[in-house]
Amino acid sequence: MPRQRPEERIKNFQEVALGYSAREAREEAKRCLSCSPPPCKEGCPVEIDIPGFISYIKEERFASSLKILWNKNSLPAVCGRVCPQETQCEAWCILGKKGEPLAIGKLERFVADWGRSQSAKIKIQKSKFRTIKVAVIGSGPAGLTTAADLANSGYRVTIFESLHLPGGVLRYGIPGFRLPKRVLDFEIEGIKGLGVEIQTNMLIGKVLTLKDLFQQGYKAIFIGTGAGLPWFLGIPGENLNGIYSANEFLTRVNLMGADRFPEYDTPVQKGRRVAAIGGGNVAFDAARVARRLGAEEVTITYRRSEKEMPARREEIEHAKEEGIRMKLLAQPTRFLGDEKGWVRGMECIRMRLGEIDESGRRRALPIEGSQFIMEVDTVVVAIGQGPNPLLPSYTRGLETAPKGHILVDEDGATSILGVFAGGDIIPGEPTVIDAMGQGKRAARAIDRYLQRAGGK
Amino acid sequence: MYRIVVKKRLAPEITLFEVEAPLIASRALAGQFIILRIDERGERIPLTIYEADGTQGRITIIFQEVGKTTKKLSRLRVGDSLLDLLGPLGRPTTIEKYGELVAIGGGIGIVPLVPITKALKEAGNGITTILGARTKELVILEKEMRDLSQEIYITTDDGSYGEKGLVTDVLERLIGQKEGMDRVLAIGPLIMMKEVCEITKREKIPTMVSLNTIMVDGTGMCGSCRARVGEENRFVCVHGPEFLGEEVDFDELLVRERRFQREERIALERYEEELKSAHAQAEARGED
Ligand SMILES: Cc1cc2nc3c(=O)[nH]c(=O)nc-3n(C[C@H](O)[C@H](O)[C@H](O)COP(=O)(O)OP(=O)(O)OC[C@H]3O[C@@H](n4cnc5c(N)ncnc54)[C@H](O)[C@@H]3O)c2cc1C
Ligand SMILES: Cc1cc2nc3c(=O)[nH]c(=O)nc-3n(C[C@H](O)[C@H](O)[C@H](O)COP(=O)(O)OP(=O)(O)OC[C@H]3O[C@@H](n4cnc5c(N)ncnc54)[C@H](O)[C@@H]3O)c2cc1C
Ligand code: SF4
Ligand code: SF4
Ligand code: FES
Repeated sequence: MPRQRPEERIKNFQEVALGYSAREAREEAKRCLSCSPPPCKEGCPVEIDIPGFISYIKEERFASSLKILWNKNSLPAVCGRVCPQETQCEAWCILGKKGEPLAIGKLERFVADWGRSQSAKIKIQKSKFRTIKVAVIGSGPAGLTTAADLANSGYRVTIFESLHLPGGVLRYGIPGFRLPKRVLDFEIEGIKGLGVEIQTNMLIGKVLTLKDLFQQGYKAIFIGTGAGLPWFLGIPGENLNGIYSANEFLTRVNLMGADRFPEYDTPVQKGRRVAAIGGGNVAFDAARVARRLGAEEVTITYRRSEKEMPARREEIEHAKEEGIRMKLLAQPTRFLGDEKGWVRGMECIRMRLGEIDESGRRRALPIEGSQFIMEVDTVVVAIGQGPNPLLPSYTRGLETAPKGHILVDEDGATSILGVFAGGDIIPGEPTVIDAMGQGKRAARAIDRYLQRAGGK
Repeated sequence: MYRIVVKKRLAPEITLFEVEAPLIASRALAGQFIILRIDERGERIPLTIYEADGTQGRITIIFQEVGKTTKKLSRLRVGDSLLDLLGPLGRPTTIEKYGELVAIGGGIGIVPLVPITKALKEAGNGITTILGARTKELVILEKEMRDLSQEIYITTDDGSYGEKGLVTDVLERLIGQKEGMDRVLAIGPLIMMKEVCEITKREKIPTMVSLNTIMVDGTGMCGSCRARVGEENRFVCVHGPEFLGEEVDFDELLVRERRFQREERIALERYEEELKSAHAQAEARGED
């Protein structure tokens, strides 16, 4: 797939990967063997009929192809861009046994982008009489998927979102050069087109409680509030000026437009020497944003080696092309500031790899006395985030795990009757597609629950 | 949309708005705040809910012009709307009967002081008030605080009103004179809260302060608002804004408060240029 050249793209926030042309898409689609049953489908948590949508691409019947995608997935342009396909659908593709697996994600993106270029809209099923109200809390991929599926089943769905714009991490976390905001906006508009109402500036737990929602006539509630609690390292100097959590750094840019300061009012420091700490997608996004803001030297500091990095391979490669350096097997131990309180240095200790730990990766162990100092003026801490504790802390009777995740059964049902949950707020893999899969599962369970509870 | 229905000037550069926000008005408790955004390009800024009128569905906010956003806000008129309004945020003040309470407010900090003191008075506490400001014109909400207090003392930096000096001068004096000061509530500039806490820590009088760190989301998601309290890093937007003063690391906050100073100046200067050229154009067209 064609890409923007690295020396160009570090100067803008436009998309890196440019997408297939119709001819390229058709050529790639022709490689699909239309297996039956298709193993690739096993790897898709939202159950897309993969050979189905691909066979229409072969015939250039893109509208029919799009319909198949929409059948299961209301965010195809998003998934086609940010799904870790290499460990999802494509990992199961038969072609991968001998050569390259089919580029399912890129094809999905192609069809969705075609749809956007045609301003295609999902048809609303008007025949259904929408009377039963369901509330969805949080408008990330989990909430959006649940809402879309429930709307398709004929429910009156309202999404409550605490920020001023919907999308969750897709909005404030993942930068525009991986997922352009207009792509997200288009798919969210599509979901609204199904009859889903989105109320922003609504922090549930504070503004309204779950009890209030039930009292307002919502018959079931889905919680998709995500993992919005940033973790810090807990080392000396962490509150020095110039040190951000990844959430703060990315939100200032992606949600608030700080890259366009002073045209936009929210500021962010551009930094000259930036360190992003962590080895996941979040650290890479932060580093690449810093680069685009104009930082001269951007380093990713990770305590294990490149092999253990949880970030997507593709993103690691893109980052390298953009001149982002890696300081591997290093763990920050303290931050050093100047007399005015700004971070100027980061002391790290070298690490070595030991036994395999419970996460399946090799444990990182400090090497005694190997401290060294890196010069930095901006630091972004991207070592992970915990479940957002606000709603559980204001909801009596909602059972949570020790780390604060909401506990659910195999249907996504919580300890409170009629309340379901999914996405990063429940234990599990923190990916867009898993959040969506859990949203889909919850939508089904909610439909069953409501049919039992009183019929439609 | 959140329409402005009342606008009043309380002092030079201090404005009061009543804004239509029925849901927030029906929920807000003393000590809570909102986050607002004026327009598409605007910043999210926190302001205290000064008053909430559930029956009329309005909240009152009072703000001082210190930078671009508050300046832009002050130019809005009755009938204009805010683009975004989120709240009520933060933990409400814990209202208990402590006994004799000294309420200290400095500058714009008097805004949250009023509703909190009111609630504490209703809970049966005796109130002594000390208000401080740079100069006479900036002593706001004096009548409101006077009505709540058995005694009130006012200080100004330049001596143009009340006594010349600082709120801490009065506090020291009162500690010498008064029997039983059970609790202190201090809200104002960081440096004022820090000085108050140094005194009350020495005297072992528990003191509540309200922190106003720089926020983005206000929901505990970004950590921009973090402050060191005791041994822990706390998020002021969800764990606060009130904390026990003796535990707060004010020196760190004094540094963190300045972290966007350079950018704030750029934004303000640019905005003032824009206003000037808009004004000049209007004059050239013969308006105004
Ligand atoms: C920078 C970054 C990059 C990532 N890159 C990738 C990637 O490339 N591929 C991938 O698969 N995954 C990626 N992830 C992970 C992925 O984004 C998450 O797993 C996914 O977004 C989780 O979806 P969710 O719907 O559970 O929650 P979220 O997307 O977190 O959305 C939750 C929403 O709920 C709102 N909310 C929270 N509390 C309340 C409340 N009380 N009331 C109302 N609303 C509330 C929040 O404001 C938010 O909008 C990335 C994550 C980050 C942070
Ligand atoms: C919980 C809370 C409640 C608040 N309540 C009120 C209120 O009722 N009335 C009111 O006038 N202000 C209140 N503030 C402060 C208000 O949010 C800031 O004055 C405002 O964000 C400044 O925005 P600006 O763009 O106009 O100024 P900026 O250009 O952003 O800042 C100008 C200067 O103002 C100061 N400043 C910046 N941000 C803050 C801040 N968050 N707190 C204090 N000073 C700051 C700094 O010294 C800065 O250099 C509150 C803050 C918090 C956190
Ligand atoms: S949604 Fe994700 S997992 Fe499913 S087919 Fe598309 S790219 Fe693959
Ligand atoms: S496994 Fe691969 S080749 Fe077979 S249907 Fe799926 S995408 Fe096509
Ligand atoms: S303002 Fe973001 S966590 Fe408090």
